Amino acid sequence: MADKPAIIGVGQTEFGAPKTDQTFADLTYEAVNAALVDAELDIKDIDNIITVSNDFWDGRTISSMAVGDAVGAAFGQGKNISTVEGDGAFGAFYGLARILSGSYQNTLVVAHSKGSEGDNRLITNAFFDPIFERSLGMDSVTAAALQAKSYMEKYKISPRQTAMVSVKNRANALKNPKAHLREELDIEDILRSPQIAPPIRRHDACPVSDGAAALILANEDFAKKRSGKPVWVEGVAFCADAYRLGERALWESRALREAAKKAYAMAGIADPRKEIGVAEIYEAFSYQELLWSEELGFASPGGGGALLESRVTQTHGELPVNPSGGCLSAHAVCAAGLVRMIEAALQIRGDAANPVRKPKKALAHGQNGLCGQSHCVWILGAN
Amino acid sequence: MAKRVAIVGSGQTNHMGSRPDVTGVELIHEAVAKALESAGLTRDDIDGVVIGNMDHFEGINGVELWSIDGNGGFMKPTIKLTTGGTTGSTLAIGGYHLVASGHFDRLLVIGWEKNSESDTTGAITTAFDPVWDRMVFAGAISGLALEATAYSQKYGVTGKDAARVVVRDRGNAVKNPHAHVRKEITVEEVLRSPMISDPLHFWDMCPRTDGACAVIFASEDVAEKISPKPAWVWATANRHLYSMAGDVEFGSLRSLELAAAEVYQKTGIKEPLKEIDVMELYTPYSYAGLSWIEALGLARPGEGAKLLWDGATDMGGELPINPSGGVISTNPIGATGLIRAAECALQISGQAGERQVPDVKVALSTGFGGCYWSDILMYGAKKP
Amino acid sequence: MAQKNPNLITLSSGEAFQPFRYSVGLYGSRFFAELKDNKRLMGVRCPGCRRVHVPPRPVCGPCYKRMEEWVEVGPLGTIATFTILRFAFIDPETGQKKPVPYGYGLIRLDGADTNFQHFLELPKDGKVAIGMRVRPVFEESRRGNLRDIKHFEIIED
Repeated sequence: MADKPAIIGVGQTEFGAPKTDQTFADLTYEAVNAALVDAELDIKDIDNIITVSNDFWDGRTISSMAVGDAVGAAFGQGKNISTVEGDGAFGAFYGLARILSGSYQNTLVVAHSKGSEGDNRLITNAFFDPIFERSLGMDSVTAAALQAKSYMEKYKISPRQTAMVSVKNRANALKNPKAHLREELDIEDILRSPQIAPPIRRHDACPVSDGAAALILANEDFAKKRSGKPVWVEGVAFCADAYRLGERALWESRALREAAKKAYAMAGIADPRKEIGVAEIYEAFSYQELLWSEELGFASPGGGGALLESRVTQTHGELPVNPSGGCLSAHAVCAAGLVRMIEAALQIRGDAANPVRKPKKALAHGQNGLCGQSHCVWILGAN
Repeated sequence: MAKRVAIVGSGQTNHMGSRPDVTGVELIHEAVAKALESAGLTRDDIDGVVIGNMDHFEGINGVELWSIDGNGGFMKPTIKLTTGGTTGSTLAIGGYHLVASGHFDRLLVIGWEKNSESDTTGAITTAFDPVWDRMVFAGAISGLALEATAYSQKYGVTGKDAARVVVRDRGNAVKNPHAHVRKEITVEEVLRSPMISDPLHFWDMCPRTDGACAVIFASEDVAEKISPKPAWVWATANRHLYSMAGDVEFGSLRSLELAAAEVYQKTGIKEPLKEIDVMELYTPYSYAGLSWIEALGLARPGEGAKLLWDGATDMGGELPINPSGGVISTNPIGATGLIRAAECALQISGQAGERQVPDVKVALSTGFGGCYWSDILMYGAKKP
Repeated sequence: MAQKNPNLITLSSGEAFQPFRYSVGLYGSRFFAELKDNKRLMGVRCPGCRRVHVPPRPVCGPCYKRMEEWVEVGPLGTIATFTILRFAFIDPETGQKKPVPYGYGLIRLDGADTNFQHFLELPKDGKVAIGMRVRPVFEESRRGNLRDIKHFEIIED
């Protein structure tokens, strides 16, 4: 990138459900304060704010209204603030743009969600077209099952291979005190867990968590002056595919391929498999880590299963994927992509709870929509 | 390096109370097609899409993805911004920053709403806190009635004064082919209409509208190649000060005062009434047309009505406000703030047709929504 | 125009309903416990600006400080502003048309620095004005939510 912005502070709540003792405002206040402490900044140092939320998940029109005070919008004479709906990785992009526009030195990006307060099935059913699709009763899990099925059949990916993703990520989560699910599972536990939408079993799916995440971005000048541990943004891009599942080849994701291509070009990455030292990928279901890994260029099409079996993506492998435990271990919608960025940044800094061999470049990934209709890819670096 | 940004084209549907002849996606596409045509561009020229609305009006989760066939975002960066009533102005501010960032040269920014598809008041009511505010709240109208009560008692402003605002905006709307309610109205007709939430009569309020607006924001590298007279964005500011209705300081619109102070400071404006040529204000009800122009520094507190009665804000006056007919004539909520931006750009480009104000060099638009939140954008004919 | 075309179909979502379990949080839960058990109204004071916030919440927005000092407010208060709702609309809490007319207002409880929203009982003479004094009328049987107060009524002062 021409201008060099950086991540200079990160914060997250513990993820779990239900967190009845904390409102949306309580969660965001906790995450923002953690990020301010991490950045060694005060709220008065923050120039502007982006919040990320979703009206359906929050059961509230203008869901951002609930957290304005708690993220500092009213501080002093008030700050410039806006809201992105969807995943936090996209929200962070808008936060970055507000720095690169020259308007602000830094941006606080905050995402929250409480999956425990609404009905996950009804909320994600509302992603479907009301005229032609919604009455079929589909939701995010059944949609993912269609994708899992078509991907696994196309490339002969076995349930054992997808289950190994859950084994890996849930084992990683044991070292992450913020993770929602922290119990060790072996492959038989996963293969014996109930089918929730074949071929997806209970332990192939993410939990629906409550929690919040916050991240502070800054321009080069501010980062150099004020931060002892900046993590530099080297590339970022996002892209959306067709809406209807029938218009996409579900065993691939051209939108992710396109976003990755652009982000790599920006970061000067020619061979992602070799140059990226750690990846935090938004895998709401176990099969997604394999499929997204392929589209990110870590393996050839259909090679995601073999990549995993080769142990490359283990914490101490050459290209660790989701050492935090990933979304399979903690998944607060809207916050999840921001958590991927936070975890990737912590790895670069050497501050992650489950550190990998110190990477020079890290990849963080967010997604929106059914079966990953839209993807966002961030490349972060140490220098 | 940061880029300067201009509006180089826009398109609006002809706004109506109900559009059962199109789906939301088709409605969006109508505006997008017109915007592209106005700029002489095709979908291939566009390198990103920003869209917004209020989810619960249509009941669609993930609108930016659902509408991809109509919004032009297929295999492009597509993002959704939404902040309630301020959504449209939030989109315009987003369009500015995203292009200024250097990541986009030609960005399509879309606001839309099909208010006819749900109970608007019920949907807005859920904007307020479920535990504390929702029990008594009755959508935007009740909240604005609280403000009108406080403002009118503080300054002795009357319903007749407020109605003067409606008379101006509705009169202007007659000349705007896109406006929803295009019929002149008198002060007496406003005052005779049914009381809906004291002190507001039916005609003190904006309608609810089906409509979409698309605006093309371009970087300085391409803007002048696309449009002979681009409308340059000079400054943006907003204040979303409150989370709970009980915290609002009534009697003046604090969020707008603060946002105005910021844009005036950024642009060096000292006497807005003299230095600004036209304003498109998100004033969704009559009293806002008095109180909020005070917040913008056009009149001293309590003296907005005098400016109205003097005709200073009429077409041909010192500072015409809402030549489009404003929100009181047209209100597809997610689009409403963006229509204000589109109309300012048309005024600067000299393309506002029968509603054109002569020789516009500086324009200002606002957005209002959420918990008495305000957004402002300023535009100029001159490159900043 | 288009809307009169008999061939156009609209699809009703019927009784579509999204149920939610909104957390009241620690602060709200304490407020409602005091209301239910003791008919007491509570606010929290900001250590920065010293303003007392009702409803209680952990953060003072303008100061961005955590508030922990609980203070009793009211029960009497003053009308800060009000309206009388006269048009029918669908109440999202019930899915039914809300009975109208009803009065509601922002009430500055004695000792508080923010306003509390609640129903106002409309007096028979119809006279309501900013600055009038009000008191809460409590439900006999209280369950720990906002409806434990029936409404506020105007009192002579």
